[in-house]
Amino acid sequence: MTTKMVGAPIPRREDPRLLRGEGRYLDDLGHDALVAAFVRSPHAHARVVEVDASGALDVEGVVAVYTYEDLLDGVDPDDPAVAVPAVAQPLPLLIPHPALTSPRTGYPLAREEVNHVGEPVVMVVASDRYVAEDACERIVVTYDVLTPVVGLDAARAAEHAVHADVPDNVAAHLGQEVGDLDSVMAAAPNTLTLELDVERSACMPMEGKGVYAIWNGDEDSIRVYTSTQAATSVRMAVAAKLEMAANKVECVAPDVGGGFGVKIVHPWPEEVLVPWAARRLAQAGIAREVKWTEDRREHFVSSAHERAQQQVVTAGFDDDGRLLALDFTFWHDNGAYTPYGIIVPIITSTQVLGPYKPRAYRCHAWSLYTNTVIVTPYRGAGRPQGVFAMERTMDAIAAHLGKDRVAVREVNLITPDEMPYDHQLLFQDGKPLVYDSGDYPASMAKIKALVGWDDFEAVREQARSEGRRVGIGLAAYVEGTGPGPYEGAHVVVETSGKVKVATGLTTQGQGHQTSFAQIVADQLGVDVADVEVVTGDTRRFRYAVGTFASRAAVMSGSAMHVAAGKVRDKALRIAADALEVDVDDLELLGGVARVKGTPAGGPGTEVPLATLAVLSNPLRYAFDTASQAATQFSVGDHSQPPVPEGEEPGLEATGYYSPNKSTFASGIHAVVIETDPLTAEVRILRYCVVHDCGTLVNPKIVEGQIHGGVAQGVGGALYERIVYDEHGQLLNASYMDFLMPYVTEVPARIEVDHLETPSPLNPLGIKGAGEAGVIPSAALFASAIEDAEGFPIRSMPLSPSDLFELRMLHADRTAAPRLEDDA
Amino acid sequence: MTTDEGLDVTVRLRVNGVEREITVPARTLLSDALRHHLRLTGTHVGCEHGVCGACTVLLDGRPARSCLMLAASAQGHEVTTVEGISPADGGLHAVQQAFVDCHGLQCGFCTPGFVMTIAAYLEENPDPTEDEATEAIAGNLCRCTGYQNIRSAVLRAAELRRAEGTE
Repeated sequence: MTTKMVGAPIPRREDPRLLRGEGRYLDDLGHDALVAAFVRSPHAHARVVEVDASGALDVEGVVAVYTYEDLLDGVDPDDPAVAVPAVAQPLPLLIPHPALTSPRTGYPLAREEVNHVGEPVVMVVASDRYVAEDACERIVVTYDVLTPVVGLDAARAAEHAVHADVPDNVAAHLGQEVGDLDSVMAAAPNTLTLELDVERSACMPMEGKGVYAIWNGDEDSIRVYTSTQAATSVRMAVAAKLEMAANKVECVAPDVGGGFGVKIVHPWPEEVLVPWAARRLAQAGIAREVKWTEDRREHFVSSAHERAQQQVVTAGFDDDGRLLALDFTFWHDNGAYTPYGIIVPIITSTQVLGPYKPRAYRCHAWSLYTNTVIVTPYRGAGRPQGVFAMERTMDAIAAHLGKDRVAVREVNLITPDEMPYDHQLLFQDGKPLVYDSGDYPASMAKIKALVGWDDFEAVREQARSEGRRVGIGLAAYVEGTGPGPYEGAHVVVETSGKVKVATGLTTQGQGHQTSFAQIVADQLGVDVADVEVVTGDTRRFRYAVGTFASRAAVMSGSAMHVAAGKVRDKALRIAADALEVDVDDLELLGGVARVKGTPAGGPGTEVPLATLAVLSNPLRYAFDTASQAATQFSVGDHSQPPVPEGEEPGLEATGYYSPNKSTFASGIHAVVIETDPLTAEVRILRYCVVHDCGTLVNPKIVEGQIHGGVAQGVGGALYERIVYDEHGQLLNASYMDFLMPYVTEVPARIEVDHLETPSPLNPLGIKGAGEAGVIPSAALFASAIEDAEGFPIRSMPLSPSDLFELRMLHADRTAAPRLEDDA
Repeated sequence: MTTDEGLDVTVRLRVNGVEREITVPARTLLSDALRHHLRLTGTHVGCEHGVCGACTVLLDGRPARSCLMLAASAQGHEVTTVEGISPADGGLHAVQQAFVDCHGLQCGFCTPGFVMTIAAYLEENPDPTEDEATEAIAGNLCRCTGYQNIRSAVLRAAELRRAEGTE
């Protein structure tokens, strides 16, 4: 058991259970619960005039129908003398920011106005989903339809407003400037301006959202299961909305079938309404369990989207391609409300800088309301857009100067001797944007070698001679990961010798039950199989932030290391007492504390952890044979209190990790593509990744994260696009129409090379890895397609039809003659 | 199958080798019947219109999307779910083991559908090439893995099956 577990690509411990169908996702729970369904707005923008639910109440099996009026519970919302129930007040603004001058959030059920198709208006509770949907169909809502604002052009034009009291549709204007942009730009030998466009996409986890609440009338308490990325915070939000003491609310994230960001938003209307209905129905003596499981269409029209931005970049650069001044303006579509603040545009505005160091930088970002689903982080969270802006700029500079695209990037890279590198900006965590470590030139050298950058002209020539058109592209990124404020962990060695570990953040497939166990196993010298990890269950750990921003391994991994380190120290102290040796002469390995250099099983030289766990808890009452050893007539130095001062009973500890700033992972992707001269389809020939996320806790899991990110990136670059019509109707709200990649669309092989530059900010040197794979994709494919086709690519995603139209536009130079040739 | 004067039907079918009789509203989907009436929740529902494949079960040994079928249509048929493919000794089916070996799953939600699809595929194509392995899984969606390791798992499962066959 001396093998170090951190760094070992061991199989995941959660797999057998999930593979046998023994996972417990939200809808696998609560078979006897009543079930909720919602009447959602069919209009993008309308006043709710009247709700007639009379037809629904006749449906057999319907238990309750709720509207906003019911949330008021008889209170007149316009009477200042009476407090409006919290549940009838707007949903919380989760992340306020000084630049977010006109924040707006919705109500759990629409109050007077609906602002996107899919906004919940009426809640039905019934015996099962079929019946609940029958009832929904019989509810007649009268709307006074208003003109919707759809798309950034309409939002910017502001001929109509989403919220009447925000006439310019501007939720936030964010400005940051470093250096004297105007004078550096004026003095730059070359300048160019790019207009760029990125369209909407969405997380689309295979499991949608879901909530299941159980009211306990004997204790006046509630347990809420929800498919969330932030169980501890949902708990606090439910307590606030139901006006309950926090200690009467528990929240559990069961197995979660993917998140990718959409489940970090909370409380969703349903996370408030389902517990509220469970309490209300229980108090009426009707039922105490209510469940809602989101269906796919609901997910499309009521869960969050991301990505859409319009950008204008002006770059000033010297004749080597050195970026002197970067002036970045963008308009960000935040949808109908801003519950998650302006995190996405903040990230775009800071992470646009990537591994580069412009002398002067200015950003103006406008976050705009539209009558569409809210926009909150989707894996990458604003970074793909920022990287698109910067990497398109790098390619444009290279084209302008007639230089190699890598050469231009190389003169702009921050070098290792400049670390830590302070961009003098504020990052999404409210902390200075300071890169802690990284070796970008080494990454660039690795990706060049891996993809064969310098030899590509021969590949291109060969292809050309075969009548094929190929292109190569690359894109670099830096990703701030592991933002605070903190995470914690609790580690206990039970008297069986088994280790039970809990952390508050949640898991959506990242393999935390394995990677966290590896970290703890190393600290305690136990078998990974003896470490059981629980995440996202407030019954086990109540203080946490959540799983987002590639932070789980950095934050909870570090907290695990800290907590397990405390347990190790305590075990060694107890063992030193028991064996009457010096603490420094002991080590933990193979589940025992042993005098260093002595053989296993030696008399008087080792104590099992299980025994140390028994001894750690002085007892009056034995509960089994082993625990007799800890009772008061068995042990104890009579001159000392049974629990020494400064100690606590139990071989357990809680540890926290709270970094002063984020740690910055990085990477460069390269892709070789072939474009079909006739159909304009893009085929991926090679896909290469160089990735630096510091210490790899489990390389197998990290590679899996990269693979998944790359696939989502391919989807985002070439296939996925959320399409609204001018009325704000979502035209492709199904898996049939929203084109996520199957195996046939992803690269046949993803070639990965790791660089491990440990973070100096945490004890294990970990940087986050969850989002990286998706970040450079739009920029990457734009670069490669541009290289293949010979005309500029300025907007993504790019479908074959889009590419075909671009070819027509540039026909005099490229595609049309080819088409004729082939014909 | 019998229909009472209301909308309920009584359906007899074999599920994972066991004769079952369920009385459900006639419109009940097979996926819902399995999950909520028989409480075999390993069969997952991802899209409800037959695109994602998470709900794939075996109907008389052939893969079928249980979200596109009424429970009543399964009358007299043999349905195998992910709960029913592990060997009786408590071990894992070759496909399940291959997923462990190859890190073929992350959140695990789509996984049962892949496992059932691949298990059926290998019955008919025990020795697939890499291209055939791709083809075998080309009708199922996964949002986590990027498919690389699922494709490897198809080949690994074939290898494990061959090893089982020679034991």
